[in-house]
Amino acid sequence: MHPAPSVILFSTLSGLGFGFLAFLGWGAPTPSGWVAFFLWALGYGLAVGGLLASTFHLGNPKNALKAFSQWRTSWLSREAWASVASLLSLSPVALSDIFGLGLPRLVGQVGGVLALLTVFTTAMIYTQIKAVPRWHHWLTPVMFLGFAVAGGALLSGHAWAPVLLLAVGAVLWAVWRVGDGAFARAGQTMGTATGLDRLGVPSVFDPAHTAGNYLKREMIFVVGRKHAAKLRMLALVLASALPALVLILPLGGAGIALAGLMHLAGALAARWLFFAEAEHVVGLYYGARG
Amino acid sequence: MTALPHSTAKKLGLVIDLDTCVGCQACVTACKGWNDAGIGLSDQDPYGADPSGTFLNRVHSYQVTVPDAPAQVVTFPRSCLHCDDAPCVTVCPTGASYKRAEDGIVLVNEDACIGCGLCAWACPYGAREMDAAQGVMKKCTLCVDRIYNETLPEEDREPACVRTCPTNARHFGDLADPDSKVSQLVAARGGYDLMPDMGTKPTNKYLPPRAKGPGTASPLAPLLDIKATGIAGWLDRMLGKI
Repeated sequence: MHPAPSVILFSTLSGLGFGFLAFLGWGAPTPSGWVAFFLWALGYGLAVGGLLASTFHLGNPKNALKAFSQWRTSWLSREAWASVASLLSLSPVALSDIFGLGLPRLVGQVGGVLALLTVFTTAMIYTQIKAVPRWHHWLTPVMFLGFAVAGGALLSGHAWAPVLLLAVGAVLWAVWRVGDGAFARAGQTMGTATGLDRLGVPSVFDPAHTAGNYLKREMIFVVGRKHAAKLRMLALVLASALPALVLILPLGGAGIALAGLMHLAGALAARWLFFAEAEHVVGLYYGARG
Repeated sequence: MTALPHSTAKKLGLVIDLDTCVGCQACVTACKGWNDAGIGLSDQDPYGADPSGTFLNRVHSYQVTVPDAPAQVVTFPRSCLHCDDAPCVTVCPTGASYKRAEDGIVLVNEDACIGCGLCAWACPYGAREMDAAQGVMKKCTLCVDRIYNETLPEEDREPACVRTCPTNARHFGDLADPDSKVSQLVAARGGYDLMPDMGTKPTNKYLPPRAKGPGTASPLAPLLDIKATGIAGWLDRMLGKI
């Protein structure tokens, strides 16, 4: 699949933002005054900034409000609802923290659960797609939620953050391990795609069109896989191992900032791979497992 | 609504005969012509160095190596299969993508489309293409603006690709009716679904190429093994020694 920068930025930033908002809502930490303002602003900035980035992916964004209508069937529509619900339900908690209004924590806890639910709906948009076997696995939402929780814990300075970061590394490794065989396990070939397997073994004789088209640009992406192994190592080290190590060192706020930046860079690399390495079965018609 | 209908009264669709298709691309051209005039199918740099465009139908060609028989070239038109269990419909967040309960045609309401492209991702068959100029999703409409169009002569009330096919490789009809011409064709010729394991339950069916007999030796084959005699034979031997 084409690794569109808007979608990579959206899912990485908003995932981190909603994870952080979940921790803030849950009350771990419970800042006050200006500190509360800056922390909540960071959480909202990441989450909303990510959502805004996603609109750059739309061909016809003027209809965006209609995306709230199909929550019964569409995970994308559910994501729209969950994101708005969590952002709205957390806003009184943010104000309460900033101005010391003493709102019951339960409101924030509900908002925190909604924030994680938002990340889950984002993951399900990809997980539901059977035509991309690498995504169509329960590990996909585990990875998205893992990044949100570990990233949120990191920004919150939570004691469990190093452990959660290492856990994300383990999940990433599992995602790659399982994902590498996913296409073969789905059992689709050029033979089943064309039905010509009942005749013999097909291969491309002539391309259907000599120039590119939407399908090839959007769903058959092959360039980046050469560097996949290196990028995987980079993602593991930056998203998981290094920030976990930095957090253990007694660096205080500077340590959190440094670990946060490293983690974000690693998460972006991992998310780029999530798209670039995903192969859509439509590639079979073009003789590319792309 | 992007919920799929529980069942459709009719299942209008195409049956494509891979035995008679010659890959002439007439269906591609007729489809592009009719639908460009209707919903608009834009091209980018059509006469330049890097042409690209939106098409609802593409014709691939494959070579098939067949055990114990000559290899075959099969031309293969690919378009929307109007699936019963269409994954492109349920993923749509706006309700722009829908399947009609009355005849099973899968359509896009372009006025509600946000151009997110998720339906194209969900389709295993590459049946949907985003129009780069309009920013909305395009797909085969089964020429819904022809098949019910009473201002057209009756023989034209079928999809443009079917109407134009010079070898009659494309057939249009109701696949829910076991007595329809298309259903009988499917039964007689062993029509099949593409990627049935994807669970999409396509309406369109493909008829496999008929099996070819064993390869026969060319009638000219004996001439390939001529032994030159006389002067020609002497020349052949002499020249061979040089």
